[in-house]
Amino acid sequence: MYTIKSYVFPETLEEAGELLQRDTRASAILGGCCWLKLGRRRIRWAIDLTRLGLDQIEVKDGCLELGACVTLHQLETHPAVTARFDGLLGKCVSHIVGVPFRNCATVGGSVFSRFGFSDLTCALLALDATVVLHRGGEVPLEQFMASPIAFNDILLKVRIKDDGRRAAYQSVRRSTTDFPTLAAAVSRLDGKWTVSVGARPARAVRCESAAACLNEGKGAAAAGQAAAGELTYGTDLRAGADYRKKLAAVLVRRAAEQCMEENKG
Amino acid sequence: MKVKITVNGMLYNKHIPNDMMLLEFLRKYGYVSVKRGCDTGNCGLCTVWVEGKPVLSCSYPAARADGKRVTTLEGVKEEAASFGRYMTAQGAEQCGYCSPGFIMAVLAMRRELTDPTEEEIAGYLAGNLCRCSGYAGQTRALRAWLQDRPWEKEGQA
Repeated sequence: MYTIKSYVFPETLEEAGELLQRDTRASAILGGCCWLKLGRRRIRWAIDLTRLGLDQIEVKDGCLELGACVTLHQLETHPAVTARFDGLLGKCVSHIVGVPFRNCATVGGSVFSRFGFSDLTCALLALDATVVLHRGGEVPLEQFMASPIAFNDILLKVRIKDDGRRAAYQSVRRSTTDFPTLAAAVSRLDGKWTVSVGARPARAVRCESAAACLNEGKGAAAAGQAAAGELTYGTDLRAGADYRKKLAAVLVRRAAEQCMEENKG
Repeated sequence: MKVKITVNGMLYNKHIPNDMMLLEFLRKYGYVSVKRGCDTGNCGLCTVWVEGKPVLSCSYPAARADGKRVTTLEGVKEEAASFGRYMTAQGAEQCGYCSPGFIMAVLAMRRELTDPTEEEIAGYLAGNLCRCSGYAGQTRALRAWLQDRPWEKEGQA
């Protein structure tokens, strides 16, 4: 388990930023702590953001905004989230352990850490989300996911355009509540598709060739094959790379078919 | 650091280690219904409520509970005993080690979901593991409890 020398509740974001800059290597911004506590990190300054009002879900300036301290369970229950994108964000986290866990784990903790196993980052990529950083400003999630973790910055919120896009999510798990063996998400807006694949087991990424297949009307099966062919898959204790590749073809196809069905409705 | 945490209505004004988890805090002050299971956030044995919401006390920093209301099984013992009788009637309680966390999750579910479906129940309680019963007895107990709605007769919130 981690050790903490000083536990601080900053009163402003500026204070949190200053605390972090004191020693970025020895400081830690605390998210839900579910993952962090499993490590053996020796933390000099533990910076807890829970008193900064970052636990809000808002629809603002044409965007759905999720504060960094919003819990995964809030995504399942908040009407502003469940009513949008076919409830994608609530559905994608609903298999993560149980409600008590999801009342602890946060959006900020999941996204900032860029966990490969994260259901949420895979879904957010398909929704064309952006992240708002204290120092770095607003950055497309795709770019953020591809960059190394900058420990000198703080994730404040995730923004998603409230553009009425339709979306679907698929994942496979070895057992209920386990990490996903593979996950896929798709979204469709005005005939333009976005496809993402997560738990490869590396970080979730977008799959342009699969999206192109769908944009060109080649069908869900072709998109699945494209996702299997374009992306790289790895082996870990949950599955081999070859198996993941086969799963990708199936899950992308299913997600695209589901999204097409929902569009019909 | 110094914290003020209210547990089952009783205020604790204490100095705690900065890296103490809520589970350790609660057990230190005698709330031994809160069990240490996997200690990795996976089994649900340590479930308590913070401000009425179920959380895993093994993964919840005690410092974060400063100024908050925490409820353990001891704080809802009448309602817990009522549900416990349904579990006993169905042979759902074997070693009993998972029961406090399971019951806290069940009582939280009852407050959050009105008339939950089987799927909603399974989803809500999926993170509360039991290695004895295989869940069949617990499911029967839950069905009977939700059907009888004893909390309405007993005047519980």
